[in-house]
Amino acid sequence: MFALRLCTQVSRVPFEAFNFGRGGSMRGLKVAVVGAVGGIGQPLTLLLKQNPHISVLSIHDIRNTAGVAADLSHINTPATVCNFEGKSGLKKAMDKADIVVIPAGLPRKPGMRREDLVDVNASVACEVAHAASAVCPGALLAFITNPINVIVPIVATILKAKGTYDPNRLFGVTTLDVVRSKTFIGDILNVDPRTVDLPVIGGHTGHTILPILSQCQPLYKGSDEERQALIRRIQEAGTEVVKAKDGLGSATLSMAYAAYHFVESLIKGIKGSKDECIVECAYVDSDVTEAKFFATQLILGPQGIKENIGLPEMDDEEKQALECMLPNLKKSIENGIKLGEEMSC
Amino acid sequence: MFLLGSLKSQTKIAPWRVVIRTLKVSVVGAGGGIGQPLSLLIRRSPGIDELALHDLSEMKGIAADLSHVSQEGKVIGFTGEVELEPALSGADVVVVAAGMPRLPGMLRDQLMAANGSVAVKVATAVSNACPGALLAFITNPINMIVPTAAEVLKAHGAYDPRRLFGITTLDVVRSKKFIGDAMKISPDKVNIPVIGGHAGITILPLISQCQPEFKGGREDVQKMTHRIQEAGTEVVNAKAGKGSATLSMAFAGAHFVDSLLRGIGGQEGIIECAFVASELTEAPFIASLLELGKYGIKRYLPLPPMSVNEKEAFEKLLPVLKQNANEGIDFARKSLMEKAIPAALP
Repeated sequence: MFALRLCTQVSRVPFEAFNFGRGGSMRGLKVAVVGAVGGIGQPLTLLLKQNPHISVLSIHDIRNTAGVAADLSHINTPATVCNFEGKSGLKKAMDKADIVVIPAGLPRKPGMRREDLVDVNASVACEVAHAASAVCPGALLAFITNPINVIVPIVATILKAKGTYDPNRLFGVTTLDVVRSKTFIGDILNVDPRTVDLPVIGGHTGHTILPILSQCQPLYKGSDEERQALIRRIQEAGTEVVKAKDGLGSATLSMAYAAYHFVESLIKGIKGSKDECIVECAYVDSDVTEAKFFATQLILGPQGIKENIGLPEMDDEEKQALECMLPNLKKSIENGIKLGEEMSC
Repeated sequence: MFLLGSLKSQTKIAPWRVVIRTLKVSVVGAGGGIGQPLSLLIRRSPGIDELALHDLSEMKGIAADLSHVSQEGKVIGFTGEVELEPALSGADVVVVAAGMPRLPGMLRDQLMAANGSVAVKVATAVSNACPGALLAFITNPINMIVPTAAEVLKAHGAYDPRRLFGITTLDVVRSKKFIGDAMKISPDKVNIPVIGGHAGITILPLISQCQPEFKGGREDVQKMTHRIQEAGTEVVNAKAGKGSATLSMAFAGAHFVDSLLRGIGGQEGIIECAFVASELTEAPFIASLLELGKYGIKRYLPLPPMSVNEKEAFEKLLPVLKQNANEGIDFARKSLMEKAIPAALP
């Protein structure tokens, strides 16, 4: 394993912080997955292993990474797999990564809200933030760990304190809310869900998830009751799966699917594309509303966020829903900032 | 369905949607270590109208999870033995990942005691619910499981040797990977037939037929062959009691199911290795190159040429496959007797 790592480092173009992507479109990327052995991590690494632009897939977890690495390494795609464990392995796993995606942490049980996970999952945010500052300050960081609304502010606060913060490179992955919206609307309109497009803004829990149905393509027309029911279903879809799994976890396969889609877009952004404009929703540092962190549609580029598209047009009900949830979101963000300031790990 | 293709040019219409028909794929053992990632990969493919997920353990949660993926078609969960036939009803393709994996120190053959009944139950259910389906087994030991399933299908009058497969794609995947790495080329650019069976020395990668040519001495070829044969054990040992290959098996399984679907859709030139009933050799079941079509196997390609050493290894594995097939058939007959179902006449 060590020899393998030496090989991959010798063959790479020297990496400069904040300036990856200079190697040109031929250079393969290093993607690190923190929490790779878990319910989301394993199917996610399976999808990542198939991406032709990834030359090194670095997997990390607290234990059992050797088996997953051996398994993945048999897949006949170009990416080399290396594995690391525990606190001491985290920096090695993330060393000079271009992208770090973090599904690590505990999932909800029935009856829990995402916020209830803060106590147990904040340490993930803390450890990854410290490691990123030390070994890959220019990497794009994509957090899946819940509660996103709090976790991302924690990470931002720590990175700021360390002087390695770039707001264009830190993301909370909210793609699953978009995926679910497309699926439910596709079902209602009886069209292929892949042809549905709409912005889902705000945060990643309950009423902070705002699917902007008025901007849906194709057009969504429903009665007030139907719209409300649809919005509620999108907001509670995560809970729908937690209940259906009855204590055995939360969404894993659909989360891996969504996270892979998001990382694939980050990669396309890094690689640069003349024809395609890479647009994704994600929860990021934002001045689009009074909330310091907010999910909107973003144009992705070689340095992470190229442009924040900002708030979409909204009808009166949607504007009201936004006003209603802002205090809650702001509170979560304040909580995250406070934790980020106080935590040590 | 065709109108939707023009709505968004980026949407891929599946290559097998050349005729308008509903396509159903059933995954048996969808809740397990292979089943879950396999189901995700299949769900990502367009053109499947219904994806049925079955397991003995509760499938509600996994079905709900996967149903949220923004893809055409329904995902429906089925739980327990009583829901096996409903899960299979009207299926075009059934892929079976159910059963126990190996523990360190175990040979695949030792799994027959645990997994033979999977073959019997699934073959019985397929006979009743979807006798025309393409039935593909991942459950080990493939060398015995496929003959067991054949015998049960025969007893129910539902056997078509062109529609029953043991998935050996992972051996091909591993061969490509190891050889690609050794030759320092991209592993997806390697082509090599892997024939025989799916355990130990019955796995025969025909390195002499590798494209591009594998340049290595006799020792290198032997080492490479041995590594490919023992790759499954490599992962079992690395997982130290936590199971066998799941993610790479899901990858390989999904690739094979994709090829089956392309064949059903009428795509030409779909060639895969798989373990099937065969008259190519004295072994009643063997893995070789097959062309897949609308009704399963369209054509058995002749065995590729072999080097002297490969011929020798081939002669050694044939009796093992014959023995495995007999064990599989015996298991089936015993099981059928216990259920008082007459076995088919030989």
